[in-house]
Amino acid sequence: MTWVNDHWGDIFTLARSHVWLAGIPLVLGLLIALPLGWAARRWSRLYPVLISASGLLYTIPSLALFVLMPIILGTKVLDPVNVVVAMTVYTVALLVRTVADGLSSVPDHVLQAARAMGYRGFRRFFGVELPLAVPVIAAGLRVAAVSNVSIVSVASLIGVAQLGNLLTDGYDRFITAEIVAGIVACVVLALVFDGLILLGQRLLTPWLRVRGAAGARS
Amino acid sequence: MIRFDGVTKQYPGGTVAVDDLTFTAPTGKITVLVGPSGCGKTTSLRMINRMIEPTKGTISLDGQDTSRMNEADLRRGIGYVIQHAGLFPHRTVLDNVGTVPRLLGWDKKKIAERSRELLSRVGLAPELADRYPSQLSGGQQQRVGVARALAADPPVMLMDEPFSAVDPVVREQLQDAFLELQGELGKTIVFVTHDIDEAIKLGDQVAVLRVGGILAQISDPAYLLAHPVDDFVADFVGKDRGYRSLQFQPTPRLPLASERTVVVGETVDGIGAPWVLVVDDQHRPLGWVEPSRLSGAVAPEDLHRGGTVARASGSLRGALDAALSSPSRRGVIVDDSGELVGTVRAHQVLELIESADRPDEDLADSFAEAGSDGRREDSS
Ligand SMILES: Nc1ncnc2c1ncn2[C@@H]1O[C@H](COP(=O)(O)OP(=O)(O)OP(=O)(O)O)[C@@H](O)[C@H]1O
Ligand SMILES: [Mg+2]
Repeated sequence: MTWVNDHWGDIFTLARSHVWLAGIPLVLGLLIALPLGWAARRWSRLYPVLISASGLLYTIPSLALFVLMPIILGTKVLDPVNVVVAMTVYTVALLVRTVADGLSSVPDHVLQAARAMGYRGFRRFFGVELPLAVPVIAAGLRVAAVSNVSIVSVASLIGVAQLGNLLTDGYDRFITAEIVAGIVACVVLALVFDGLILLGQRLLTPWLRVRGAAGARS
Repeated sequence: MIRFDGVTKQYPGGTVAVDDLTFTAPTGKITVLVGPSGCGKTTSLRMINRMIEPTKGTISLDGQDTSRMNEADLRRGIGYVIQHAGLFPHRTVLDNVGTVPRLLGWDKKKIAERSRELLSRVGLAPELADRYPSQLSGGQQQRVGVARALAADPPVMLMDEPFSAVDPVVREQLQDAFLELQGELGKTIVFVTHDIDEAIKLGDQVAVLRVGGILAQISDPAYLLAHPVDDFVADFVGKDRGYRSLQFQPTPRLPLASERTVVVGETVDGIGAPWVLVVDDQHRPLGWVEPSRLSGAVAPEDLHRGGTVARASGSLRGALDAALSSPSRRGVIVDDSGELVGTVRAHQVLELIESADRPDEDLADSFAEAGSDGRREDSS
C-alpha cells in the first residue's frame, strides 16, 4: 500500500490519459456509427454486409491493430493518435449493429404516424427515430465503454502511456501493489464510464422513468 | 371532396390490395370504408395522403390530382388518426398534440394554446397534458390521437380504426364524442373500420369492400341495411339488420302512457302495482322497484336498473329496446333533458313499425345526388 501512497500523482496522470484514450474513441465511434447504422437500416441489403464487416474488424487483435496504425496512417510509432484511431475502429465495429438494431426497435406504428404527420428526412431521424433508439444504443455504448477501457491498457506494449503501464511495470519489477492498483483503477474507470452513460440515458429518456407510475396502459 | 378514380394498388409480390376503386367522399361528410380483414381499407386510406402510391388511377382532393402535390405539404394538410393511436411515446400529451403545428413552424405560444384547446375539445382533463402516452388509458390515448390529427385544423381527416383497441363501453363514448365534434367541425372524413355497427352508426355514407379490394356497395347506411346488393353484403351487414335499420326511422309520435312514480326516499307501502318507477327530484327516471318486496323508504340500492331509457325524439330502435329491456315491460321514455314523459309497450312500437314505410329508393337517390354515383358502380 505504501507503493500506492507514494505514487498517487503517477496513477492520476496515467488515469487521465486512459480516460482520453478510451473516451474520445467512444464519442467518435458513436458519431461514425450513427450514419452507418442508419444506412444499414435504410438499405436492407447493406445490413448483412456492414454487420459482417464490423464483426470481422472486431476479431483483429488489438496489438496488431496498434502496430499497423503507424503504417496505415503514416504517424509516429509512439503517437497516441494510433491508439485513438484503433479504438475508434473497435467502437464503430461494436456500435454499427447497436445503432441499426436500436433504430429497428422503434415501433412501426410510430414511424407510420410520423410519416402521416408529414415528418421527413433529418427531422424524422432526430425528432422521432433517434430518441426512441436511445435505450438500445446506450446499452451498446456501455458495452463499448467497458471494452475500450480494458483494450486500451494493451497500448502500453507499444509505448503509449495509460493505466496499463501499472500492469506491465508491476509485472516487470514484481511490485504486486502496482499491479493491483492498475486493475482497481481500470475497474473504477470502467464503472465511472458506465455510470455516466447510464446517467445520460436517464436524462435523455424521461418518458421511460414514468412507465408504470400510472400503469394505465391498456 | 375526395375522389377515387379507377384506383388500383398492386403490391410488389403481386397482391392486388385495391382493385379499380371509384367513389367520392363528399365534403363535410363521413365516408366509412368497411370490410373484412385484408380487404384493402388501410391501403385505400393511405393512398389518399400518399403514404402509399397507387399503381393505377388517380385520387383528387377538391379537384386537384394529389400525385402532383408536394408529399409533406399534402400530409400536413390532412389529419391522420392511426390505428392504436400511434402516439409518440417520447413526447408528452401536449407535445404529441402539437406535432403538426410544430412541423408547420407555428410559434411556441400559439402551439401550446391550440394544443390545450384541443385537449378540452376531445374531453381530456388539462392535467393530462404533461403525461406521457404510457400513462394514459387506451381510451385517453385514442382521444389524444384524434386531438393530434385535428391540431392544424385540416379540412380532411383520415381515420384508421381509431376506436378498435378499446372496450365496447369506451368505444361507444368515443363514437358519441366523435359525432358531436364532427357536428361542430364538419370535416371531410374517411373512416376505416371492420365493425359494421360502427360503420352504420358513424357513416353518412358507407362503402363495403370485399377481399381483393373490390367495392361491393356504397350507399347511405339505411339503404345498405334495407337493400344489400348481394349475398356478401347481406352477410356482412349481419343477421339483425332488420332490427338495426330501425335506428334510421325517425320516431313518429309514440303513444305514451303516463306512469305512476315515486321519488327516491319515499315509501312504496300500500302501492298495489307489481312494478313502480322511481324518479329523482327532477323527475328523471332512476329505475324500477317491486313494492311487494320492499317496506319503508326506497333506497338507491333497491332499484332495478336493467331497463334502457329512450328519448322521445330518438329512433324506434331505442323505444323498442327500452320496452324489451324493462322489467315491467313498459319502456321508459324521456324528453331531451332527461325528464320522464311516459312509458310505451313493445306491441305499440311494433304497430308503429308496421305502419311505417321501409327506407326506400328515394332516400338513397337523394343521398347519391349529394354524394356520389357509387351505387351504379356496384359490382356483380
Ligand atoms: N406492404 C405490403 N406489401 C405487400 N402486401 C401488402 C402490404 N400491405 C398490405 N398488403 C396486402 O394487401 C392487402 C390489403 O391490406 P390492408 O392493410 O389494406 O388491409 P385492411 O383492409 O386494412 O386489413 P385490416 O382490417 O386487417 O387492417 C392484404 O392482403 C395485405 O396482405
Ligand atoms: Mg388496416
